[in-house]
Amino acid sequence: MTAQDLDALYQEIILDHYKKPHGKGLREHAGHTAEVHHVNPTCGDEVTLRVHVSDGVVEDVSYDALGCSISQASASVLYDLVVGKSVDEAMAIHQAFLTLMQGKGTVEPDEDVLEDGIAFAGVAKFPARVKCALLSWMAWKDATAQVVAGDGDN
Amino acid sequence: MTLEGLLPELAVIRKDFPILERTLAGGVPLIYLDSANTSQKPQVVIDTMVDHLEHHNANIARAMHQLGAESTEAFEAARDKVAAFIGAPERDEVIFTKNASEALNLVANTLVWPGERQVGPGDEIVITEMEHHSNIVPWQLLTQRTGATLRWFGLTDDGRLDLSTIDELITERTKVVSLTWVSNMLGTINPIAEITRKAHAVGAIVVVDASQAAPQLPIDLSAMPVEERPDLLAFTGHKVVGPTGIGVLWGSRAVLDALPPFLGGGEMIETVRMEGSTYAGIPHKFEAGTPPIVEAIGLGAAVDYLAHIGLDAIHAHEKAITGYALEGLRSVKGLTVLGPLDAAARGGAISFELDGVHPHDIAQVLDSRGIAVRAGHHCAKPAHARFGVQSSTRMSSYLYTEPREIDALVEALEYTRSYFKLDRA
Repeated sequence: MTAQDLDALYQEIILDHYKKPHGKGLREHAGHTAEVHHVNPTCGDEVTLRVHVSDGVVEDVSYDALGCSISQASASVLYDLVVGKSVDEAMAIHQAFLTLMQGKGTVEPDEDVLEDGIAFAGVAKFPARVKCALLSWMAWKDATAQVVAGDGDN
Repeated sequence: MTLEGLLPELAVIRKDFPILERTLAGGVPLIYLDSANTSQKPQVVIDTMVDHLEHHNANIARAMHQLGAESTEAFEAARDKVAAFIGAPERDEVIFTKNASEALNLVANTLVWPGERQVGPGDEIVITEMEHHSNIVPWQLLTQRTGATLRWFGLTDDGRLDLSTIDELITERTKVVSLTWVSNMLGTINPIAEITRKAHAVGAIVVVDASQAAPQLPIDLSAMPVEERPDLLAFTGHKVVGPTGIGVLWGSRAVLDALPPFLGGGEMIETVRMEGSTYAGIPHKFEAGTPPIVEAIGLGAAVDYLAHIGLDAIHAHEKAITGYALEGLRSVKGLTVLGPLDAAARGGAISFELDGVHPHDIAQVLDSRGIAVRAGHHCAKPAHARFGVQSSTRMSSYLYTEPREIDALVEALEYTRSYFKLDRA
C-alpha cells in the first residue's frame, strides 16, 4: 500500500474520533441493559459494551475499549449513530455499516444514513482492518439482541 | 556502514534470498523485519524442493522402484542434516512433525496415555509466563485431562525468568519442565542448562521450545553434559530458512522409547493384526502416514545452508544488529522496549510500545513504507499481560538484515509519530 492509501485509511474524521471518542466509558442505568465483552483473537483487541434500551429506543451505548485507532473511532461513530434511534432504525444502520465494511471497497456509502461512518469506506479495502472496524458494532448487535430478547438485566 | 560482528559477506548472503529484491505497492523496496514470525528462503532451498518435485517425486519407504529409493534416500538424508544441525547424539532421535506446535503437542499428549512416563493426579508440570501459546495450551490440556497441576515461573520487571522461586517450583512432584530457550516476544535467552540440571535432580524431564533459538544460537546437544541436556527439543522449519509444514522433535532415545505412539497409521507399525498391533522403533513410531517429504528435504537444504555460514557467525550478526536496533529504537521519543536491553542477553526479536499509537496503526504506517513488522500479542498473551500491555509491535532481524534497514525502521517510527500528530496536544 502507498502513502496515498494510508491517507484513504486514516481519514481526518477517523483520527478525530480516535483522539476524542464520543460516549466512551461504561455507564450505569436502571432498566433494560445488557453487557457484552468481545475480543478480536488475532490482535487481542477488546471491548466491553453496554446497551440500554427503553420503550424500543436505544437510550445509551457505553463502552470501554482497548484497541487501534480504527476500532476506537468506529466505537465512537457507533455511539453517535445509534443512540436515540429506535432499535429497528439502529439495526438498519448497523446493516448499512456492515454492508459497507464487507464490500471490499466497492460499496458507495450513504452519508444520510452513516454520517461520519462514511469515512470507513477506505478501511473496507484493507481486509486485515475490517475486523477492527466491526469489533464494537458486532458487540453492540449482540448486546442489543440480548436486551430485546429479555436476557439482559431488567 | 559496518558494525562489529556483522556477517562479512552480507551483500552476497542477501543475493541468496530472491524475495529481498521485491518492491511493494508504490515502488518501495521491501524491508523485512518479521523473521521471528517466518524467515525468508534462500534460492538453494527453493531449488532443492523444485528439483525433488521435478525429478525424484515418489512416496517414501514403500515404493519398490527407483524413484521411491531416491525419495526415501533424500528424506532420510534430510534427517541426517537436521541431526547434525542440532548435534543430536543419534540421528534416529530426530522426528519430523508438521511444526513446533505439533512436536510439543506430541509430547503433551503421549504423557497423558498409559506408559512409564504417564502423568497423573498430584503430579506437577512447570512452564513459564513467557511461553508462546503453543507451549502453554498443550500443558493446560494435559493437566485438565490428568488432574495434574500446572505451575509456572513468573518474570522479573526486566523480562527475565524469576528464578528466585525455583526451589518451590521444581520439586519431587514435578514430572515435566517445559520452557522456551529464547522468548519470541521479550527476546530473553533462558538459562536452559541451569534449569535442566535442577529438573533432572528431581527426576523430571525437560522439554525445550527452540523455535526462536534454532535460527540464531549454535545448538550442540552432544556437547552438553547429560545432566544439563534437555530430554526433548522442538523447533519449526520455516524459521530456519526452511519451508512451512515441517517441524522437528528431537528426544533422547530413552525418553522417546518410553512414550507411547502418538498418531496411529502407516509407517509407524511393525505388524498389524485385527486383534492388535506392534509398533516400529523411533523415529518411525512417531511418523504415521505419508510425511511432508519435500518439506523435510527443503529443511535439510535450509539447515545445511545455515551450517555452511556457521551458527556462531549468524549469532554474532544477530547480536550486532540487535544492539544497533536497541540503540536506534531508544532514540525514538515515547518508545519503550519490552524485555532485556542488553543485546548479549537476548535474541533478535524486539517488541516495543510507542506511546499514543496502537501497534496495528504503527504496522500499517510502516507497511506503507515497505517495512514488514508484526503487531499484536505474538501468541504470547500472558507475557503481555505480565507487563500490563494489550499488544506490541515487534521487529525481528535475521542473517540477511542490514543496519540501513534498522535506520529505515527508526525513521519510519518518527514518521509514524508525526503522522499521528503525537507532538501536538
